[in-house]
Amino acid sequence: MMEPAPVTSATEPAAGATEIHARLRGITRVYGGRGGAAGLHALGPVDLDLRRGEFFSVVGPSGCGKSTLLDVLSGLVPPTAGTAEFEGRPITGVPDGIGVVFQEDASFAWLTVQDNIAFGLRRAGVDAAEIARRVAHAIGFMGLRDFAKAYPAQLSGGMRQRVSIARTLVMRPRLILLDEPFGALDQQTRLLMGDELLRLWRETKATVLLITHALDEAIMLSDRTGVMSARPGLFIDIVETGWPAERDSRVVSDPRFGAMTARLWTQLREESLKIMGNQVPSSSH
Amino acid sequence: MSSVGTLRFAVIAIMVGLLELACRTGLIGPTVIIPPSAMVESLWQILAEGDLTTDILSTFGNVLAAAVLSVVVGFVAGLAIHPLPRLRGALEPLLASYYAIPTFMFYPLFIVFFGVGNRAIIAIAFLLAVVSMVTSTLTGLDRIPPILRKTAKMYRMNRVSTALLIELPATIPHLFTGIKLSVAYAFIGVIASEFILSGAGIGYSISYAYNNFNNRAMYGLMLLVVVAVTTVNMVLHSIDRRFQERSRR
Repeated sequence: MMEPAPVTSATEPAAGATEIHARLRGITRVYGGRGGAAGLHALGPVDLDLRRGEFFSVVGPSGCGKSTLLDVLSGLVPPTAGTAEFEGRPITGVPDGIGVVFQEDASFAWLTVQDNIAFGLRRAGVDAAEIARRVAHAIGFMGLRDFAKAYPAQLSGGMRQRVSIARTLVMRPRLILLDEPFGALDQQTRLLMGDELLRLWRETKATVLLITHALDEAIMLSDRTGVMSARPGLFIDIVETGWPAERDSRVVSDPRFGAMTARLWTQLREESLKIMGNQVPSSSH
Repeated sequence: MSSVGTLRFAVIAIMVGLLELACRTGLIGPTVIIPPSAMVESLWQILAEGDLTTDILSTFGNVLAAAVLSVVVGFVAGLAIHPLPRLRGALEPLLASYYAIPTFMFYPLFIVFFGVGNRAIIAIAFLLAVVSMVTSTLTGLDRIPPILRKTAKMYRMNRVSTALLIELPATIPHLFTGIKLSVAYAFIGVIASEFILSGAGIGYSISYAYNNFNNRAMYGLMLLVVVAVTTVNMVLHSIDRRFQERSRR
C-alpha cells in the first residue's frame, strides 16, 4: 500500500506551484462581546496561503469556523484581527474576482434559470450579446439546457445547486469559494457533482476553496486539504493529496485515498469529541 | 375547471337559485330583496343607460387611488421599519390593535382636513388599507432567506438595489396577502365613505336609491360592487397562486 503524501503547513509553499493567490495572516473572528461581555471566539488566529490554481478543501467539526473563514475570505465579514489579501490587495469588502457558492439554495425563485445565471452579468453592465454567449455556455456546461426557461421551484435540489454554480461561473471568478455546496445532496449525486466541479476547475483554471463536512469529498477533489480544530478554528493539519489535475471520482479506488481519509478522520474524531464534551476513548478500545 | 372550482360554482349557483325561488314564490317580498335575475336586469339597465357612469368611474377611481397609495406607502413604510427593531417593537402593538379602532368615527376630522369630496374619501380608505400592507411587508421581509441578502452582498448591491431587485421580488408572495387586503379595505373605505362624505359615487347612489325606495337600482348597484370586488380578488388570487408556486423552496 502506498504511503499518503506528506503533511505540510497551511503556509508552506509547494515545489512548482508557489504563486500565492490569497493570503490570510493571523485571521481571528470574534462575534459579539460588546460592552465588556465576552464574545464568541469563532475563528483563529489562522494563517493560510492559497496557491493560484489549486483546489483546497477545508474540513473540520461543526461550528469550528469553516464558514466564517469563507466569509472573511470573500469579504462578507471583516476579521476581528489579522489581514486578508487577494491577488496582493487587502480584502476590505467583496473583491472583484471572487465568486461564492453557498450551501443553501440561493437561486432567485422569481427568475428563470437563464435569468438567474445572467443576473450578475446584467448587474455588471456586460453587453447583451456577451451575456447571451456566457449564459448559453454555462447552461450547457452545467447540463441545464433543457431547463433554461424553468423556474427554480421546478428543479431538484441538485439542479438548483447547478444553477448557483453556473451563476457564479459566468462571472469568471479567479477564486471560487464553495461553502458545502453539495451538503443537501445524496451520496451518488455528490460524487457526480464532484466530477463536474473538477471539470469546472480544470476549465476555468480558477483557485478553488471548498468547505465540506465530507472527508472523502475533500480528499477526492483537492490538491490540499486543511483540517480545522474545534472552535476557535485553527489549522491543525494540511494534507497534500498529490493527485494529478486530470482526476475524477475514480480516485476513491486508489489505496492512498483510504489512507488519507483515515488520517483526516483520526484528527477530526478527536476534535469532534471535544465539541461533544466527551473524553477521547483510548486506542485500546 | 378543477373539481374544487366546480364545487364552488355549484354552491354559488344553488344559493342564487334558492334566492331566486324564494323571491319568485313570494317567500321574500320585493320590498325586501328582489330576485337575482332582476338584479342582473337592473345592473344591465344601469350600465346601458349610462346615467350612473360618472358615479361608477368616480368610485373605481377612488378605490384605485386608495389601493395604489396604501400598497406603495405600506411597502415603503414596512421597508423603513424592518431594519429598526426598536421602532418596530414600539409600533407593532399599535399596528396589531389598529383594526380595533373604527376609523370611520373620525370622519368629521377628515372633512375638516380635506373637505367633502374625493380627497377625504381616499384618505379614509387609505388609512383603512395601509396598515395591512405594512404588516404584510414586515412579515414578508422577515421570511426572506438570509442567503439571498448574502448573495446580494456578493454582487456588491447597495441598499436600494437590494430592496428593489432582491427584497421586493422575494417578498411578493407575502406582499400579495397585503395587496389583496389593501384592495378589499380600499373598496370598503371608499364605498362606505361615499354614504356619508359624498354626493357622488356608487355608495352615494346606493344610499340615494335606498332613501327613495328604488330597490331595483339599489340591488343592481350592489351586484355591481360584488361582481367588481370578486373579479378583482380572483385576478389577484390567481396571480398570487402563480407567485406561490414559483416561490416554493
